[in-house]
Amino acid sequence: MAKQRVVSTTINGESKSFLCEPRQTLLEVLRDSLDMTGTKEGCSNGNCGACTVLLDGNPVTSCLVLAVECEGSEIETIEGIADQDGLSPIQSAFLENAALQCGICTPGFIMSSKALLRDNPNPTEEEIRFYLAGNLCRCTGYDKIIDAVQDAAQRQSTSCQTTEAS
Amino acid sequence: MRDFEYEAPQSLNGAIQLLNQERVKPLAGGTDLIDHIRIGRVDTDLVVDIKKIPELNVLEVNPNGMRLGAAVPCRRIIQTSEVKELYPAIHDVCSIIGGIQIQSRASVGGNLCTSGAAADSTPALIALGAVCIINGPDGEREVPVEEFCTGPGANVLKQGELLVELRFPPADPNSSSHYRRFIPRYEMDIAVVGVGTALTLDESHSVIKAARVGLGAVAPKPFLASKVSEFLIDQPVNEETFTEAGNIARTLVAPIDDHRGTVEFRTHVTGVLVQRVLAETAQRIQQS
Repeated sequence: MAKQRVVSTTINGESKSFLCEPRQTLLEVLRDSLDMTGTKEGCSNGNCGACTVLLDGNPVTSCLVLAVECEGSEIETIEGIADQDGLSPIQSAFLENAALQCGICTPGFIMSSKALLRDNPNPTEEEIRFYLAGNLCRCTGYDKIIDAVQDAAQRQSTSCQTTEAS
Repeated sequence: MRDFEYEAPQSLNGAIQLLNQERVKPLAGGTDLIDHIRIGRVDTDLVVDIKKIPELNVLEVNPNGMRLGAAVPCRRIIQTSEVKELYPAIHDVCSIIGGIQIQSRASVGGNLCTSGAAADSTPALIALGAVCIINGPDGEREVPVEEFCTGPGANVLKQGELLVELRFPPADPNSSSHYRRFIPRYEMDIAVVGVGTALTLDESHSVIKAARVGLGAVAPKPFLASKVSEFLIDQPVNEETFTEAGNIARTLVAPIDDHRGTVEFRTHVTGVLVQRVLAETAQRIQQS
């Protein structure tokens, strides 16, 4: 059996070290070792996007990342999305636009949407659909998710304006 | 997943020493490798992470051409404006491989080394005349990219050898390139036919001076369609030329017959795509 390694990372802004075997994926370590079960396992082969997290700012499927590769990396997961005073604008927009049914794909969609709105604060419908092509949803038919991301973009730009004004 | 050891060497020599043994695999983005280990298609005792080696992370465009390190992920390539401007076929490829999550991790070098018959990057690399810089226990060697793949999933790399970077010739001001594929879905699918083209036109942008066409998913390995490339030289830039190029391309393919596309369909689509991709390449030059 390969020796366990100590891996030091920053997860949702907090320093976190964990022990893992080389064969363990980031997804396994998040869910099984760190008890961060917000990140979901879907296909486990990189097709569905349910396990999307941000690794050094880039959306990745955590089932296709070895946890040992993450030494020194910054990881953002669904657990770090909410603001101190409640749901983030993306989360509220998903909720209020009914952009989820069974919910398994939702954490992945929210992480991808976060990266999208950071890169492109005002995306077109086509840009949203293209960016979210790596996240599959078998319930909603996608339209409500697209509505939610557009709504989230609107909310974020409004909250930016409010912050600037105050 | 089966048990294996992991090393992340900081130097090229360190990596080559580790790779020069049986049952060892280099890891770049891992989007193929990790899945292949999980499903048991790859049996390995040691995974060597090559992303910490400086030579494999080079992305440099200068008057001598472009140097693209084998481990540079697609997302970094997409975000590099010189690539889009001077080697647009590479930008095209990196924008359509997988979704954003795959693009964050997967590299063009890794796509080439997996050596799939339908790999998106390979026809574009062939069109652009890229050269593979390979290092190994016997030192460095260069292999033209069209000679790199030897069959489905097979390539010229010997034990201990590593693809270090891809080198591209300088981009002529009257040249451009394009890659496009046919897939049954809008996104996230494997090419049924993939076409990469690079053209250089004369000063008036009305006659073709140099051409290279790479075809993917229509033979056991992606290949340089030499007959099409030779036909195009000194031809006028018009629809008839591109249609004839497509007709020639149809005579060069040897596709498989499967549920994603029959031989007849793949052969037909090859001609259509060659015509359209050439037209788009010429238009890019004329609009620049």
